[in-house]
Amino acid sequence: MSIWEYANPVRFMGWTGRLLPWLWGGAALLVVGGLVWGFFFTPDDFRMGSTVKIIYLHVPSALMAINGWFVMVVASLIWLIRRHHVSALVARAAAPVGAVMTVVGLVTGAVWGQPMWGTWWVWDPRLTSFFVLFLFYLGYIALWQAIEDPDAAADLTSVLALVGGVFAILSRYAVLFWNQGLHQGATLSLDAEENIADVFWLPLVTTMAGFGLLFLALVLTRARMHVRLRRARARMLRTRVA
Amino acid sequence: MPELGKYAAEVLLAYGASGAILGALIAVTLWQARAAKRDEER
Repeated sequence: MSIWEYANPVRFMGWTGRLLPWLWGGAALLVVGGLVWGFFFTPDDFRMGSTVKIIYLHVPSALMAINGWFVMVVASLIWLIRRHHVSALVARAAAPVGAVMTVVGLVTGAVWGQPMWGTWWVWDPRLTSFFVLFLFYLGYIALWQAIEDPDAAADLTSVLALVGGVFAILSRYAVLFWNQGLHQGATLSLDAEENIADVFWLPLVTTMAGFGLLFLALVLTRARMHVRLRRARARMLRTRVA
Repeated sequence: MPELGKYAAEVLLAYGASGAILGALIAVTLWQARAAKRDEER
């Protein structure tokens, strides 16, 4: 069977219906487990004190905010190239989830920044590009709402997703190539010398995995909702014509 | 409850705000999904 057959709406509803309970269960286990581990059972950092506990929320949410846009870019490309309606609905479903992850990243970053940097906000390259990404999320959601024809909306929002991908990349890599501003370098890196200590790393990786599963569960639940809404709309139009 | 020291307010605020925002997203998503299922089955 071709991989594209999974994008058939009937098949999509079937396999996502079977997968979703596992995704929700895994997400709950890893998010709650990772946060309890990080909050109750890790020590304070010698420089940051107890504010180090905020990374278990900030890093996973910021990661999913950026990766959420990449999911939208890939789904939009599939829509533009292959015209699979489910891929357009997955992109649409990912936007509010990514936007909320961006808000969590911004809020937790500001709450951490106030005692550590002495300010809630600074127009640092990474913070600014992350904030622009949030504006792209809002624009993307508004564009879907503004256009009545679903195919035209999918076309235009796909183009917006591709354009916004530049800011997602910028936001992801700004700390690496933009050597100015307050935001520190990557918390996790393939270079072991830059990584945080194991005592913080293990619960952080747990919450990152949990946020990844939570993102997937939310996106698939919302995509199924959009499939159902489209079916209901089609049925209503058929009834009206008859 | 761990000893959070002088940054207790910031840490609790971060956890409280994140819990409220993510909880609201999950609740709204599940509520909308159920409403769409009811619409389809009607």
